[in-house]
Amino acid sequence: MPQIDVPVMADEISKGQQPEYLYWVGCAGAFDKRYQKVSRSFAKILNETKVSYAVLGKEETCTGDPAKRAGNEMLFQMQAMQVIETLKTYDVKKILCTCPHCFNILKNEYPELGGQFEVIHYSTFLQSLLDTGTIQIKKEVFKNKRITFHDPCYLGRGNGIYDAPRKVIDAIDIDYTEMKRAKSFSLCCGAGGAQMFKEAEKGDKEVYMERTEDVLASGADIVATACPFCMTMLSDGIKYANKEEKLVNMDLAELIATNMDL
Amino acid sequence: MEQIIFACTFLITLILLGFTFMRLRAFFKLCKPLKYDGKLKERLSLTARVAFGQTKILRKPIIGFLHALVFWGFLVITIGSIEMVIDGLFGLNRSLAFSGIGYDIITASGDIFSLIVLLGVFIFLLRRLFLKIRRFSGVELKPKNKLDANIALSFIILLMVSLIGMNTFDILLHKEALAGTYPISSSLAAWINHHNNTSILFHFFWWLHIVLIFAFANYLPYSKHFHVFMSIPNVFFSNLNPLTFLPAMPEVSKEVKLMLSGDAFQEPSDSAPSRFGVKDIEDITQNNYLDSLTCTQCGRCTEVCPANITGKLLSPRKIFVDVRNRMLEKGPFLNKAPKYDDHKALIGDYISHEELWACTTCNACAQECPLNISHPNLIMDMRRYLVLEEGQAPEELNVMFANIENNGAPWKFSPEDRLDWTQY
Repeated sequence: MPQIDVPVMADEISKGQQPEYLYWVGCAGAFDKRYQKVSRSFAKILNETKVSYAVLGKEETCTGDPAKRAGNEMLFQMQAMQVIETLKTYDVKKILCTCPHCFNILKNEYPELGGQFEVIHYSTFLQSLLDTGTIQIKKEVFKNKRITFHDPCYLGRGNGIYDAPRKVIDAIDIDYTEMKRAKSFSLCCGAGGAQMFKEAEKGDKEVYMERTEDVLASGADIVATACPFCMTMLSDGIKYANKEEKLVNMDLAELIATNMDL
Repeated sequence: MEQIIFACTFLITLILLGFTFMRLRAFFKLCKPLKYDGKLKERLSLTARVAFGQTKILRKPIIGFLHALVFWGFLVITIGSIEMVIDGLFGLNRSLAFSGIGYDIITASGDIFSLIVLLGVFIFLLRRLFLKIRRFSGVELKPKNKLDANIALSFIILLMVSLIGMNTFDILLHKEALAGTYPISSSLAAWINHHNNTSILFHFFWWLHIVLIFAFANYLPYSKHFHVFMSIPNVFFSNLNPLTFLPAMPEVSKEVKLMLSGDAFQEPSDSAPSRFGVKDIEDITQNNYLDSLTCTQCGRCTEVCPANITGKLLSPRKIFVDVRNRMLEKGPFLNKAPKYDDHKALIGDYISHEELWACTTCNACAQECPLNISHPNLIMDMRRYLVLEEGQAPEELNVMFANIENNGAPWKFSPEDRLDWTQY
């Protein structure tokens, strides 16, 4: 079985090393079969660019976001207290997140409970690695393809990050097209607010189908996402629309890792 | 004589407004305290941008610009209204004319804006009457809400007609002696040229205009059009944080700390909160109530709501229409008897569980609201009541809670497998 070398915080600390960043993998990053590929791509990029980082591994636990959004403040705060304690034990200062929901809660909602960290979304981080020339694009895998980007609500509307993902896409040689509803006007994939973990309420359509239609209307061959939930929803949408041969869903980290020939 | 009649009319207006103000103050007192962070500078800047700059309504550029013109017109025209009150009380005409060139600017812009507002509001009314715009309907919009919208717009049309009429006949009456500049009304006056009853018509329009202002001011607090008064304070007190910031519940923090410190059985020293989350009108904050009074039912929120677009019951606009109606229903009784219970509640009788669980917290509604109303956070507070007080979450969510509690992940995976993704 091939394996990526991913440094684990407890090991690094015991070796007397203090990694600069904590890579917060998130539950989807650790367990979702499709999204595990995104975690691997991002870890490969971090390894290749020699970023000083580590993951918590078995010590990582849910930030409590789905519990909080589902009204269970008690469970959320218990999780948050536990996470903050772990992070403080390892003297974590900077956190890298791929999941915008983890990013939002760690960045905006942990400070209220005593957890002050510099939290960076990987789209911003990738952009800075590209800006400084640390990331070298080696292959033009997607030449002559068209791509569009679906804004995750918790990244875009929630935290005003619209440009970073687009600049990351801009770094690879590909034709970019914008959807009709984009940036702050973007339409949700349907999974936020704990919807990911339950059936949708009765209606006449699934939200992810409504959004998949936007993607299809854009004429793109690839829809880029930057959130594990958006990935699940849009991949389902593409599948149910029977467009799997025409349209693929890829994460920003996968796009970059592929172009770095990793 | 005219002065006495005016003073009496003005006094009646103030008394009626005072009565309304006291009534609203009593309603506000039923709510939890206003959240205010003291960030005066940021809040003034936010108010300048969103309220005075109309930045959010301009997200729909054409109709938004028309609204912005109407709003800016109102600001200028209000100066003229204040002058009329001074004139009326002291038996003067054009009492602010001493300001010279400034007066020319105020009157000229007021005069031009009165025509722009007239045309703008006329278009708004025609649009409501004859175009089928999806966001102008919905379960929460009863015929009386639609009538209310049309009455408010008609009021403004009459206000502008009477204002232009007043200026036109003032020009005909006082000719060159009249202070100020009136590009629109003077053209109209030149066209009419001569009229036998200029004095009577000037007085007629003057009185019509001021009485309409007084009537409109007293109508507004009972109308969805109350945003004319409430928009500026509401934007000032609105959310400065990132849209997806959901504040923690401090009352829960206390309990969690007790549990983690091992003193779970120790009774909390200070009185426990009456209720976690929002069930009924007395659980909302003053900010929520302010939001409900500010809502103009424009439906920009509902129009972009993914749940609503896909045919679910949730309509973010309905949440605040319900809050305002529920306060009207329960508020007066609660003010008489604090323990009053009509065996009804906001949740259940107004807002169903199904509506609350349909929200994706995408914040498109909050992003779109021209007056920065925050729908998702109130929806979250109602979910908090359902879960923390009633244990009434959809079954799949209870499974998710159990997974987090037992395995530290919302899915049923062991923490031991957290590094499996590194192998493939």
